[in-house]
Amino acid sequence: MATIMKHGPELLISLGQHITLTLAAVGMGIIIAVPLAILLTRHKKLAPVVLALASTIQTIPGLVMLGLALVISGVGVKPALFVLTIYSILPVLQNTYTGINEVLPAYKDAAKGLGMTKSQVLMKVELPLALPAMASGVRISAVYIVSWATLAGMVGAGGLGDWIWTGLSTYNTTYILFGAVPSALLAVLLSTGFGALESALTPRGMRRTS
Amino acid sequence: MIEFKNVTKTYGPTTVLDDLSFSIESGEFAVLIGPSGCGKTTTLRTINRLSQPTSGTVFIDGEDVMASNAVELRRKIGYVIQQIGLFPNMTVAQNIGVVPALLKYPKEEIDQIVRDLLALVEMPYEENSHKYPSELSGGQQQRIGVLRALAASPPIVLMDEPFGALDPVTRDGLQKEIKKIQKKLKKTIVFVTHDMDEAIRLADQIYFMDHGKIIQQGSPEEILHKPANDVVKSFMGKRVNGASTTPLLAEELMKSRVWTVDKHIQTLRSIRQMEKREVNSLIVVDDDESFLGTVSIEAIKERGKAGMEIASLVDSNALTVNRKDNGREALDKLLASEFNYVVVLNDDHSVAGLITRTSTAKAMGEALWGEM
Repeated sequence: MATIMKHGPELLISLGQHITLTLAAVGMGIIIAVPLAILLTRHKKLAPVVLALASTIQTIPGLVMLGLALVISGVGVKPALFVLTIYSILPVLQNTYTGINEVLPAYKDAAKGLGMTKSQVLMKVELPLALPAMASGVRISAVYIVSWATLAGMVGAGGLGDWIWTGLSTYNTTYILFGAVPSALLAVLLSTGFGALESALTPRGMRRTS
Repeated sequence: MIEFKNVTKTYGPTTVLDDLSFSIESGEFAVLIGPSGCGKTTTLRTINRLSQPTSGTVFIDGEDVMASNAVELRRKIGYVIQQIGLFPNMTVAQNIGVVPALLKYPKEEIDQIVRDLLALVEMPYEENSHKYPSELSGGQQQRIGVLRALAASPPIVLMDEPFGALDPVTRDGLQKEIKKIQKKLKKTIVFVTHDMDEAIRLADQIYFMDHGKIIQQGSPEEILHKPANDVVKSFMGKRVNGASTTPLLAEELMKSRVWTVDKHIQTLRSIRQMEKREVNSLIVVDDDESFLGTVSIEAIKERGKAGMEIASLVDSNALTVNRKDNGREALDKLLASEFNYVVVLNDDHSVAGLITRTSTAKAMGEALWGEM
């Protein structure tokens, strides 16, 4: 208890860094993934290639990626953010792509037939209908990145990972727990938070009536 | 007026529309019908450029649709599709107001349009405007689908099997409504269906398509009366009057269970027979079963004596036709005379049946609606 009190402020700072890093990475991921997914729905031949490539990148261990980033851009937040962003892309990309693709052709046909331009069909019909799927992609991505972000401590980007790495290298269980418990809680919290967001984003007419 | 001039559409080796030329008058309820794959939906979608012809031109009021901006063109043409055309993420009011909103009408005007249109189908605004499509019944959803197509007051409305997925009762109600709306608002409606009953019910003109061509165009009456070929005929099923292709025969109008009596039967007994059958005359046959004539109750009363054979009282003036004679002529004879029946004879002059007003009505009914 005394240790918690002693390290409380530092822990809070790490927690703040961790959250910022996660949200920044997920945010960048969304900015990259959504337009890319829309592009892929317009060029269906490209889609399998890009999606396969993204999945392949996803299988590269985080440590390897971090190591590479470290070599390229040195120590600090930059390589960590870069790597985490890359990892956050795939879930959002995949879900946005399938979400838009699964909008029933009847809706698109009606929209087009009523005189919507291509971008109006996208903004007024395709994206709103794909929104629940997209939100679920963001949730998966966020939960994923919260745990990957602990690796960022290794490259000097701070966050809760710092505590775990310090604990591991000094055989200090308390430090390990200081890092591990909050990140686990954070993951659960984010998952519920984004889950709520997901249902809030589902248009009322599309919610399942309970 | 919508005019197709030599419109051909091919997908690879398949010809969907084959040199199609026809026109639909303004204010007309035009129904495109035909077996699946006949090109009716493609024809419809060529009008608002959802489908592009390989060659040929479609004109609306003299203007080539391909020369106009596709998006603007579509906003001026209502479009209703089968089932789920309503956007599930939008309320009833938003769905109806989609096209006016695209055309940037002021909010108050859109709201007024929504109110007016909902009133047209007797769905109260307060109760329905804020509902989502999933909260409506299938019939209500398609009503909104129709209203959405009417919202920007397009002169032309295209409907692609709009009532195909509805149950018969709902479909019935919507057919009445759409016909009423069309007459009231004087729209040109192009309506695709594969249901002949629906076509007969709604159409001013039916365009029957097969293999990318219009094989018959005409009013429902004309098509019922003279189907152009076997495809049309089979599509009409039992609605087609057989008389139009093969003349209806006398034997098809008659009832065949006829009571005949022998010429040797005596007067009192024959009166008894008439009483029993509640008729006032009898069909009399000779020894060889050939038709002799009729004997009426009046004739027996006036001239008959008890115990006398009826042979001498037979009236041979009864109307007769051969069973293979034209049914219409037999009916004309019946209607022009004071007799209540026409006797139908076999080739050997034996009695085949009787044509009465009742038997005729029954035969007509069967020709129109099948076995009764």
